Amino acid sequence: MISSVYIHIPFCQQICHYCDFTKFFYNKELADQYLDALDREIEEEVGKNQMYMRTIFVGGGTPTALNYTQLEQLLKTISESFDVENCEEYTFEANPGEFDEKKLALLKYYGVNRISFGVQVFDDQMLEKLGRNHRVKDVYDNLRHFEKLDFENVSVDLIYGLPGQTVEHFQRTVDEAIRLDLPHYSSYSLQIEPKTVFYQRHKKGKLHKPMEDDEAQMYELLVRDMEYNGVHQYEISNFAKPGFESKHNLTYWNNDYYYGFGSGAHGYLPGKRTVNIRPLPQYIKKAMEDGKPILHEEPIHQKERIEEQMFLGLRKAEGVSKSVFQDRFGRSLSSLYQEELDYLKQKEWIEESGDFIRITPQGRLFGNNVFQEFLLEDEKLQD
Amino acid sequence: MSNDMIKQENVRNFSIIAHIDHGKSTLADRILEKTKALTDREMKEQFLDAMDLERERGITIKLNAVQLRYESQHTGEDYLFHLIDTPGHVDFTYEVSRSLAACDGVILVVDAAQGIEAQTLANLYLALDNDLEIIPVINKVDLPAADPEGVSKEIEDLLGVTSDEVLWASAKAGKGINEILEAIVHRVPAPEGNPDDPLKALIFDSLYDPYRGVIASISVKEGTVKVGQRIRMMQTGKEFEVNELGVFNPKPTAKDQLTVGDVGFLTASIKNVSDSRVGDTITSANKPAAEPLPGYKKLNPMVFCGLFPVDASNYNDLREALERLELNDSSLQYEAETSQALGFGFRCGFLGLLHMEIIQERIEREFGIQMITTAPSVIYEVESVDGEEFTVDNPSLMPDPQSIKEVREPFVNATIMVPNEYVGSVMEICQKKRGTFQDMEYLDDNRVNITYEIPLSEIVYDFFDQLKSQTKGYASFDYELEGYKASNLVKMDIWLNGDTIDALSFIVHRDFAFERGKAITHKLKDLIPRQQFEVPVQAAIGNKIVARSTIKAMRKNVLAKCYGGDITRKRKLLEKQKEGKKRMKMVGSVEVPQEAFMAVLEMDTDND
Repeated sequence: MISSVYIHIPFCQQICHYCDFTKFFYNKELADQYLDALDREIEEEVGKNQMYMRTIFVGGGTPTALNYTQLEQLLKTISESFDVENCEEYTFEANPGEFDEKKLALLKYYGVNRISFGVQVFDDQMLEKLGRNHRVKDVYDNLRHFEKLDFENVSVDLIYGLPGQTVEHFQRTVDEAIRLDLPHYSSYSLQIEPKTVFYQRHKKGKLHKPMEDDEAQMYELLVRDMEYNGVHQYEISNFAKPGFESKHNLTYWNNDYYYGFGSGAHGYLPGKRTVNIRPLPQYIKKAMEDGKPILHEEPIHQKERIEEQMFLGLRKAEGVSKSVFQDRFGRSLSSLYQEELDYLKQKEWIEESGDFIRITPQGRLFGNNVFQEFLLEDEKLQD
Repeated sequence: MSNDMIKQENVRNFSIIAHIDHGKSTLADRILEKTKALTDREMKEQFLDAMDLERERGITIKLNAVQLRYESQHTGEDYLFHLIDTPGHVDFTYEVSRSLAACDGVILVVDAAQGIEAQTLANLYLALDNDLEIIPVINKVDLPAADPEGVSKEIEDLLGVTSDEVLWASAKAGKGINEILEAIVHRVPAPEGNPDDPLKALIFDSLYDPYRGVIASISVKEGTVKVGQRIRMMQTGKEFEVNELGVFNPKPTAKDQLTVGDVGFLTASIKNVSDSRVGDTITSANKPAAEPLPGYKKLNPMVFCGLFPVDASNYNDLREALERLELNDSSLQYEAETSQALGFGFRCGFLGLLHMEIIQERIEREFGIQMITTAPSVIYEVESVDGEEFTVDNPSLMPDPQSIKEVREPFVNATIMVPNEYVGSVMEICQKKRGTFQDMEYLDDNRVNITYEIPLSEIVYDFFDQLKSQTKGYASFDYELEGYKASNLVKMDIWLNGDTIDALSFIVHRDFAFERGKAITHKLKDLIPRQQFEVPVQAAIGNKIVARSTIKAMRKNVLAKCYGGDITRKRKLLEKQKEGKKRMKMVGSVEVPQEAFMAVLEMDTDND
């Protein structure tokens, strides 16, 4: 029933100015304790019987910030609890310049078959402004390591809408990314989040994102050029050659369940979404105590499940399946949303095709306006 | 009964007048303490300001009268004091004048550091109009910045009194209070009037209570009123039977009768405050007085604005809220109004800007109704080319320029008191606000009293804010209505996406039309969020466009990031956006936030 797992490694060699994920400067002792606590948490929840998982995703922070020994301990923990051999997609996040052939070989040995590679932008000056540790040269060095060790399924992350970035500048990054001829790309627009360096600068008026029109153009050129090169947009921010769509990410958009382990990690289990304790000392203490370092559980009732089925599902290019909806909720999609569907169709933001309701390219630009239509009034479910 | 034992000649009715923050309420508290009206436990700071809103704003809106007993240290006799509190703002001038009419003397409080201010003067003139004995008190003499000698000199010049008639006090520290109480005994005259004459009782406040009907605060000037007596309101002619009489000491205490010199309350199953108007005279229905007490005025609102519920389904709630507030406030006027842009709402009239703000705030706070408020307007007198005359209190109803022969607008006489160095800035603001210089008078080496004749509509806009900021808060300001005069006025319409938005129309002097049109289109462009299509914003006089700007179409609104499976956060963001959308008003095809409707008010500041 639960066949996906996310594992969070909250350590970084350097903290990026825009990142608001749970992260801490790497510290050897703390990382040692953390890995013990993580092992304890996973064992408490799923035991050590190599449970079947369709997808495993190890993210951060930066998992590759761990040293060789620690990395091996983490990989062992994972392979004791999960059946990595039969795992369809086993991803590690990796930052350019933060790992070598040796670490990569270790990942390969323990069954990792996909790398999510944090390239962000092909411009050293801009990388520096983002507070990133790596430089463009590191990207190419690491790509050679992937090739050598036969990592075929590599995804590159790009950020756009950076302070001072022009449309032309992003075009060059997209061109360079496409030239790498990788099977998968993710591209997110920069969000300025509280508790980040960028947020402070933004509040003081010292940091400016590109104008909305420029950002829209960046997004449009990204979609256009990816498509032109046979890399299809299968979700708002994700692009892949056929067959390389991330199975793990699709778990989220398909509104399926997943475990979340590690500090600040989010999980989705039947009836609830969970979030773990963020601060490391507290996480470690609680995990070592009872293996349940959970900060908060948000109940997910039928209403929330239905809403999420819609606003997550519509992020996918294929859209939301009416028959899956019917099977899951015992009622038809149109019985709840006819008015909203009519409104959005009339605006040409969604379209209906066979069994699917999907967002149009125009609607995708206004995704939030589309998604919020599917939030239900409390009374609506009663009839 | 306490007042039976005290002779009429030992009764003292007085009030305290002061500029805001000069310490009126603190002094009242000290007097209450000294006269043992309250036990310490009952002694809350600033007892007289009962309403929360008043306390927060530091302004007294509703009047109160307290009966106190005082044993004079000089004469050894007992005295009965009635301390009548007055509101402290220019919007309530009439109410101040009526509460002063209930008194025989006033304590004039002046801040030892600030000196005399425009409002002090305004209230002082009201007291002089009512022929009251004035006891000047310099308060806060212990402040480091205090200049009691200088302020005393000011007062002596102004009132023609000697320095030993001016008392020094620090209400906060409780200093000088005994001297003030003795001055009340010796200097304030006892009420005149004959208890056996036909009844004349002045209504100086009127408050609605859901259980007892209107509670009228009265000061008995002639005759005696008794429970069960048939009374008549001399202005409205309405008759009632007295249910209850009493005084506040400071708790309400029932009495069988009130007689000359008494200040207390009366209830008579009066359903509406408009039947118990401030300034009206209560007399006996069987043995009526020949003449009412002088000074009654029916108050007319000076400032108007539209109130519209954000959610149309709250229309009836808004009506109920206004009905409830009206019970307590005979100067609040409202009538149903329909706006093409904002739907069903009410056109409301207020005494002034503060009165308007207070009502708006109470509706939102006490009744929980979210409203769109249109920019305030004044009443214009219009004469059409075919000789017809009518008034317009809603800019959108101003007829086309071709059909108008003349438009007249209300002018006020504005008195601005300011330190010498700011005279230039004040005059500049007044000129910009279409003011005509009247007079300038040096009160001393430093303080200047400037008078201007200014259109009320310019005061209604951001006049006071500008005055404050240009004079670093040193200017004090007061105004009174002067009368109507012809002006070269035009209606400016605002078009959003080609549709006239009636709620955004405003009246402007032709000479300023172009500049204001430019400013408002610019301002609206920034205030109205991008829509899914391009929206032209135009300012027009009749059919002639005088200014234009464009709100660009929204290009993109989608959260790209995945947040490592944090779906709860995504949901919260969507919910927040959806909620934000609810707070905007769909005007035609455009979503307009509340700030936009007030934009006309702030145009000038942005122009500088």
